[in-house]
Amino acid sequence: MGKQHYQINVNGETKDVLAEPRELLIHTLREQLDLTGPHIGCETSHCGACTVDIDGKSVKSCTVFTAQVAGKEITTIEGLGTPDEMHVLQEKFREHHGLQCGYCTPGMITRAHRLLQENPNPTEEDVRFGMSGNLCRCTGYQNIVKSILAAAAEMNASKEAAE
Amino acid sequence: MNDMAPSREERIEGLKGLGSSRKRVEDARFTQGKGNYVDDIKLPGMLFGDFVRSPFAHARVKAINTEAAMSVPGVLAVLTAKDLEPLGLHWMPTLAGDKQMVLADGKVLFQGQEVAYVVATDRYAAADGCEAVEVEYEELPVVVDPFKALEDDAPVLREDLEGKMEGAHGPRKHHNHIFTWEAGEKEATEQVLGSAEVVAEEMVYYHRTHPCPLEPCGCVASMDKVNGKLTIWGTFQAPHAIRTVVSLISGIEEHNIRVISPDIGGGFGNKVGAYPGYICSAVASIVTGKPVKWIEDRMDNLMTTAFARDYWMKGKIAATKEGKITGLWCHTTADHGGFDACADPTKFPAGFMNICTGSYDIPTAYLAVDGVYTNKAPGGVAYRCSFRVTEAAYFIERMIEVLAIELGMDAAELRRINFIKKEQFPYQSALGWEYDSGDYHTAWDKALDAVGYDELRKEQAERVEAFKRGETRKLLGIGLTHFTEIVGAGPVKNCDILGLGMFDSCEIRIHPTGSAIARLGTISQGQGHATTFAQILASEIGLPADSITVEEGDTDTAPYGLGTYGSRSTPVAGAATAMAGRKIRAKAQMIAAYLLEVHDDDVEWDVDRFVVKGNPERFKTMKEIAFASYNQAIPGIEPGLEAVSYYDPPNMTYPFGAYICVMEIDVDTGTHEIRQFYALDDCGTRINPMIIEGQVHGGLTEALAIAMGQEIAYDEMGNVKTGTLMDFFIPTAWETPNYTTDYTTTPSPHHPIGAKGVGESPNVGGVPAFSNAVHDAFRAFGLRQSHMPHDHWRIWKIANSLGLHG
Repeated sequence: MGKQHYQINVNGETKDVLAEPRELLIHTLREQLDLTGPHIGCETSHCGACTVDIDGKSVKSCTVFTAQVAGKEITTIEGLGTPDEMHVLQEKFREHHGLQCGYCTPGMITRAHRLLQENPNPTEEDVRFGMSGNLCRCTGYQNIVKSILAAAAEMNASKEAAE
Repeated sequence: MNDMAPSREERIEGLKGLGSSRKRVEDARFTQGKGNYVDDIKLPGMLFGDFVRSPFAHARVKAINTEAAMSVPGVLAVLTAKDLEPLGLHWMPTLAGDKQMVLADGKVLFQGQEVAYVVATDRYAAADGCEAVEVEYEELPVVVDPFKALEDDAPVLREDLEGKMEGAHGPRKHHNHIFTWEAGEKEATEQVLGSAEVVAEEMVYYHRTHPCPLEPCGCVASMDKVNGKLTIWGTFQAPHAIRTVVSLISGIEEHNIRVISPDIGGGFGNKVGAYPGYICSAVASIVTGKPVKWIEDRMDNLMTTAFARDYWMKGKIAATKEGKITGLWCHTTADHGGFDACADPTKFPAGFMNICTGSYDIPTAYLAVDGVYTNKAPGGVAYRCSFRVTEAAYFIERMIEVLAIELGMDAAELRRINFIKKEQFPYQSALGWEYDSGDYHTAWDKALDAVGYDELRKEQAERVEAFKRGETRKLLGIGLTHFTEIVGAGPVKNCDILGLGMFDSCEIRIHPTGSAIARLGTISQGQGHATTFAQILASEIGLPADSITVEEGDTDTAPYGLGTYGSRSTPVAGAATAMAGRKIRAKAQMIAAYLLEVHDDDVEWDVDRFVVKGNPERFKTMKEIAFASYNQAIPGIEPGLEAVSYYDPPNMTYPFGAYICVMEIDVDTGTHEIRQFYALDDCGTRINPMIIEGQVHGGLTEALAIAMGQEIAYDEMGNVKTGTLMDFFIPTAWETPNYTTDYTTTPSPHHPIGAKGVGESPNVGGVPAFSNAVHDAFRAFGLRQSHMPHDHWRIWKIANSLGLHG
């Protein structure tokens, strides 16, 4: 199978990649673009470790072809914050011990980021339901839920302050 | 005293030492996607390996044709057992004293077994190569039931062992038998059972499941032919042990092997053993001269590497009419699959199953375990527990419930009257352990009070009546558990793996400016060692935890240790850390005395400094002492400030806890709702309460999974029915309840800081708590024992078999 040229937009930059039509986005991101934040945990779209944001939707990048995302806007964990200016979710996950081994964390935070845009004032139930596509084997979710609710509160407070 | 100087309390707080809920130093990289897991490693020219796996559970391999595969673009090599045989690597030793095929040698013994290893330029080409390998199989009769495997006419699974009636752990009784392991007094226990007022008997099955960390197993092997050095990065819970094993089986001298565990995405026991992927990748790197990466996919992981449990535990428990337990008998049939690849200490082929007298003062007991080969994947690892402790805890906590039914007693009261009393510690158990410490009654009463136990029982009784009147279709279950763990393997006198004593280690270097690096023989997989071991050290040497780097996992730099599993890191390496810290302090004391111009005995330690006794104005801080150790010529004292400790624990530690689960069960749908879960843990001295709570939440959720739905199931042909996350249950945030955590503190008397370990307690105690809740809901309708996992269908079947569907 020959490789083809695709242009994809990742974290605000346009990238040229050569990929076979069967190449999965997660492999392009990790192996060609060195974005190793999204992880591979199941390859059947159950675990969510590979979650990225595509055109404003949470997508499991292990079950989408790179060929399908040409021209679309992709955001990975690497695009959410910088070491000097971390995203409030990244800070809250640390503050509330919302991670242990860290393997699910990039997908969790990327999904939570989208969830809070879909629903800026979620209840605990909303968070639990909205995060149910992302598996964690370490935390039992209690502190993940806490982290996301704390991030929502802080994001809303700073939004109010700005208004 | 200078008013601006921090108070003693402020100095203690500034260290972020023992007891501080210090935030984790690991988190910055993980939250930003900058972790470094094995699949993130990319080396120049790196190749990718993948396995051809057997579709059959038992078959003869008649021929393997690799010609077509070799013509697939990108495929560079296909390895079969024939290629490994000249190197003596077609079989490898297991940690349990058995051996395991690296690649199918004439036959396969379980579905998914490794048959050939394809090396290619990338993972897609490797997968294409695997598709193109042609294997001719001849199917053989399959045995998945360990009891049928022991019948006279059962097919011979391990032909390599035919005629060998002496195994690694004593005589073999049958061609599919592995070992018999016994503890306690057989005749005395049978006598007690024979003359007891009450005997309850039950078969308790703890089903086959899998640790399933979110990151599967994998490695990158790189043979540097110029320097003759083999480096293997991998998901290793025991990097030093892997190095030694690789050296022993490959003949490469140990100094020429470097094993590195980078960040590990959860282990839970899955990543303790050695797998064919490691061997094949190393061989492939030697053959091709290029680095070779092998990463399991989830199906490979669930089907082939390291199952857990699969213990059939037949129990008899004897008591007086008043409920005082007089004896316990247990015979376990242990299904080990095609090869015995348990990761237990050598002298314990059934792990610490002999902790199965639990928290109870049982004067007489007997345990026998028979290991059996079947056509299932090898393993038998300790999935978030010390070796077989979760099986033992589940067994005794079910037997207590069954005895309570037999006696018509309240199960909480039955436990209370049989607990080992506080004043009985150290307590010698009938099956051979010396429990170091405990205060079970205090923990139990605290737990029952916290949930309002008496009120709950009243509510339950009212619910049963309402159900009988047809006013509700929901029942209430109260799941009780008091568990005792045995962790921190272990004393070298009785604990080794492949002859390697199970001590652990810490090496500390204090830098001139008063910061430090500590290296340990363990390896974190999410437990937060870089955070907590720095806290132990901060309290020992008076330098802030924030100034201490903790490094693990590189065998070229870390001192030798046996790794992280069985909750052994804090009990063993944590002790080594404290002891190495004390060596630093002992030297620092001499330096301080010299600088203060007094005798060594005239200074005393105070938080972060040595002060002249009776004159607190005169002191030297550890920071000052560190600098002096590098720049002052002190008579009789070597420059520098370093220490290493290899800690051989005198005993295991015995964390315990009281868990109560309150569960609503819908009789018509078999669904459940966890209304409340209260978990009291006593892990001795608490290093970081935030991390302890996180460990408890996570362990309880794994327990929830195991008890309520997770299993590795096989059909009669040996097909794995639960090979993906579609079928293998992992709870999401939606199914997982909130937990209430609590604690008591009974320090270990022999551990330097009194810590006992906690990571596995919630799994050990959680499984019986969830399962007992299900059983308890149906107790009033006559349920005695129903096997896990209690998924909706099985709960519905319980209700149906009890006639509750009208």
